[in-house]
Amino acid sequence: MGNTLIYLLEKEIKQFVRDPFLPKLALFFPVMVILILPLVADLDFKNISICIVDNDNSTFSRRLIASVQNTSYFRVHDFPSNYKAALNDIEQNEADLILEIPADYEKSLTRQHPQKLSITANAVNAQKGNAGINYLMQIIQKTIKENGSQVSSMNSAYPEMITIRNFYNETLNFRFFMIPALMAMLIILLCGFLPALNIVKEKENGTIEQINVTPINKLTFTFAKLIPYWLMGLLVLTIAMLIAYWVYGLAPIGNIGIIYGIALLFILTMSSIGLIVSNYSSTMQQTAFVMFFFIITSILMSGLFTPIESMPGWAQTITNFIPPRYFIEVMRGVYLKGCTFPDVSIQFLKLGIFAIILMAWAALSYKKQL
Amino acid sequence: MENIIEVHELTKQFGKFTAVNHISFAVRKGEIFGFLGANGAGKTTAMRMLCGLSHPTSGNGQVAGYDINRQPELIKKHIGYMSQKFSLYDDLTITENIRLFAGIYGMKSVEIKEKSTALLTKLEIEKHRNTLVGALPLGWKQKLAFSVAVFHRPKVVFLDEPTGGVDPATRRQFWEMIYEAAEEGITIFVTTHYMDEAEYCNRVSIMVDGEIKALDTPAQLKETYNAPSMDGVFRALAKTAKRGE
Repeated sequence: MGNTLIYLLEKEIKQFVRDPFLPKLALFFPVMVILILPLVADLDFKNISICIVDNDNSTFSRRLIASVQNTSYFRVHDFPSNYKAALNDIEQNEADLILEIPADYEKSLTRQHPQKLSITANAVNAQKGNAGINYLMQIIQKTIKENGSQVSSMNSAYPEMITIRNFYNETLNFRFFMIPALMAMLIILLCGFLPALNIVKEKENGTIEQINVTPINKLTFTFAKLIPYWLMGLLVLTIAMLIAYWVYGLAPIGNIGIIYGIALLFILTMSSIGLIVSNYSSTMQQTAFVMFFFIITSILMSGLFTPIESMPGWAQTITNFIPPRYFIEVMRGVYLKGCTFPDVSIQFLKLGIFAIILMAWAALSYKKQL
Repeated sequence: MENIIEVHELTKQFGKFTAVNHISFAVRKGEIFGFLGANGAGKTTAMRMLCGLSHPTSGNGQVAGYDINRQPELIKKHIGYMSQKFSLYDDLTITENIRLFAGIYGMKSVEIKEKSTALLTKLEIEKHRNTLVGALPLGWKQKLAFSVAVFHRPKVVFLDEPTGGVDPATRRQFWEMIYEAAEEGITIFVTTHYMDEAEYCNRVSIMVDGEIKALDTPAQLKETYNAPSMDGVFRALAKTAKRGE
């Protein structure tokens, strides 16, 4: 098997390098995706227009207002004298958010049950409204903390003020959140699609028949198709990580070895899916359509754009069977939180199981005899 | 004489369509066996079963000493195959294609190098050793494909319409190569549409509608069917076909 594998790898790599299109694709793809997509897929909202109704007029309220004014996330539109006037601004579409500070709020902070601040958001653009509320709660939380003594009671009163996402990505830079996931998308597209198209091309050209009539071992053949994409995937990932570092200054907080480790498993998983699909199809169209289905499902259900926690229960169950989910979790974990191997060992285990099962399936579904 | 191929009641059905209908025949070691039949008579399907590319629906047989139902992968070690569709890799050079297939059959790198140099000299294409196969003219491609199919010295080589679409001069050269391989002891199993080629074979079978209707030496067949040439024999039999093309 060993020698045959070398002859086959030689063939695959020569064919890949000689293709007029594929080597360029492997270079341009990561460059374009990491350079451009983070800029357009930015869900970070800046300059949210806010009205502040200050009924308290205390040291605390003035400090809070100063904090709001000091961030680039908000642009204070007005200080209306009452809530009704502020609401009018929202109706006129001039403001996105109202913060109302009740009278005697500062005094109430020392009590067991302090008064409540009120936040009103224009939720026509739900994401913008939500983001605004999130930013504002963080600012309030921070101001209260800085105010001193009431820290402990405040934490218990406003537990929802802390969200994990913001905690590890303190600038709430959406790009940082997206870049590790975009790297996953690159691998899904390149390492999933290309092996699928490769095999079906051999079917269409008839060259697979010349291979099928040889005593070649199915597993050897499958490995020969997987290994080149393994190398290509690692190269693409490296290019993407370098661009993320040079252009956005984003480097993984955790160990880079973990990233390469999980990438090895993930590429194997995606390439195996590509091979399985191509083994069951006989034309490019069939392969392309089925792969599109897998890839779109993967991208939407892996937590790449939308958090898995906010999906319905049944959908969350399905995400357990979407391999990219685990890769994205590890990528974000290592990049943003600095996860160590024990933190992500469960993802390694699950993705490892997927890789083995899918690889075996890929080898078994390759039929030398019809 | 020893039989290298022996099949008994070999049948292939695709749904309700019986492509190959209970055929039985034997091919002797070292002979050039012509496997004739009109388009759609079931030649290619039968050949694919012998090569382990297709499971027989029923029937049994042996190729190169191995069972076609149970040991198709062992058969593949000892046969060569050239399909009617050119199937070497267009984006590899002549030497790379030879190296790849010889390597898959387990030949050593040094042996491959020596033999391929000899082959290229014989085919007079040393100058083009590093030319991509896709850029070669069809006649050269066919000769190369045949050379690759017998490069690992198989016991039998299966040729499915090897001379389709090539000019008469190349066809002639191609048959010289076939004779050479036969002299080296390789059994030749060849399908063709050219009746002059059928005359070159030691024995010929003619398939009609999935069944073998005649099997004998060209001379004997001409006598039996009282025809001046193989062309006449073929027409006499093909006339009886009910299957459309």
